[in-house]
Amino acid sequence: MSAMVEWLAGTSGSIALHESQYMYVLVESVHVLTLCLFVGFSALLDLRLLGWLLRRVPVSKVVARLMPWTVAGFVVMIVSGALLFYAIPVRSYHSIFFRIKVVLLVLAGVNAWVFHGGIWRRRTSWDMDRVPPARARVAGAVSLVLWAAIIVAGRLIAYNWFDCDHPLPRVVVTLTGCAQESQ
Amino acid sequence: MKRAVLLLAVVSSACAGRVNDELWRPFAEWSYATRIGTMIHESTWLFAAIESLHLLGLAAMGGAILLVDFRLLGLGLGDEPLRDLARDAQQVLLAGLALMLATGALLYLSEATKFYSDDFWGSAEFPFIYKMLFLLLALLFTFTVRRRALASTTPAARGMLPLIGLTSMLLWLGVAVGGRGIGFY
Repeated sequence: MSAMVEWLAGTSGSIALHESQYMYVLVESVHVLTLCLFVGFSALLDLRLLGWLLRRVPVSKVVARLMPWTVAGFVVMIVSGALLFYAIPVRSYHSIFFRIKVVLLVLAGVNAWVFHGGIWRRRTSWDMDRVPPARARVAGAVSLVLWAAIIVAGRLIAYNWFDCDHPLPRVVVTLTGCAQESQ
Repeated sequence: MKRAVLLLAVVSSACAGRVNDELWRPFAEWSYATRIGTMIHESTWLFAAIESLHLLGLAAMGGAILLVDFRLLGLGLGDEPLRDLARDAQQVLLAGLALMLATGALLYLSEATKFYSDDFWGSAEFPFIYKMLFLLLALLFTFTVRRRALASTTPAARGMLPLIGLTSMLLWLGVAVGGRGIGFY
């Protein structure tokens, strides 16, 4: 993995993106602004699952109408996020906040998967409920918390507190895979 | 008309504030030196934490604005009763806005002197002033024209809805771009 990241950092595309004055900034801005569409709409879906908002609209309708936009936002997030990683591969790979973010993203995926495989299948019985059943509410709440945490973790990647060239506590060295013992 | 005059007055006073060393610089220096401002810029992590909350507010507020503006353009929940949708979205919008304004004020205090410069175009002062002007316009538009349009029932007013949705999105995009711009200095 480490070797792959090192190789990625040496590719001409990565170097070009890293060194370009405007492209990186543009990609970063797109990544941040798409938050409004992707996380904003996801949060609205979650709030509907919690029974806090849009209570008169059937859950399946909220999902059907907002999901295409949310998915479009997600694609933009993944593409721009991948480009941001591609521009700064080695530092991102060792960033503790990036690693936390990836774990949280996986958890968000698991939460969505559990929801879709479970209570969502029986939606016909609660589609019109103003306040959906507990399992749906839990899925909504977990999703809200995870996405909030993902935003925070993403923002913190920009800070160099735990970069490999800093003296780090052993636990952080383990978590980040920094090669400090050789120094 | 009264509103237009008020807007002009605020915009021109903001511009005057920019050139007014007597007012703008001392205010920035005072802000920076306040106990809260000092606490934030002397802390390692406080600024990052506040900035993160600012982003959470952005997501909440952005989603609420887009939901309704999409509706005005016939997208998303385009066939739902506008009033219900607008009322629900309003709660999220206000919560997000409150969070953004509160954290935004703290961020300003912590680096206020960054927004006063002799080099207007080459410093953070330009995106900051630009963002504040757009913020003012977006807030005025949202809480006057847009608010009234969301409650409108006449067919004539309804015809204007797509234009209002588009204007709203563009104004808030202007604010967001300004906010991004501040980060580059």
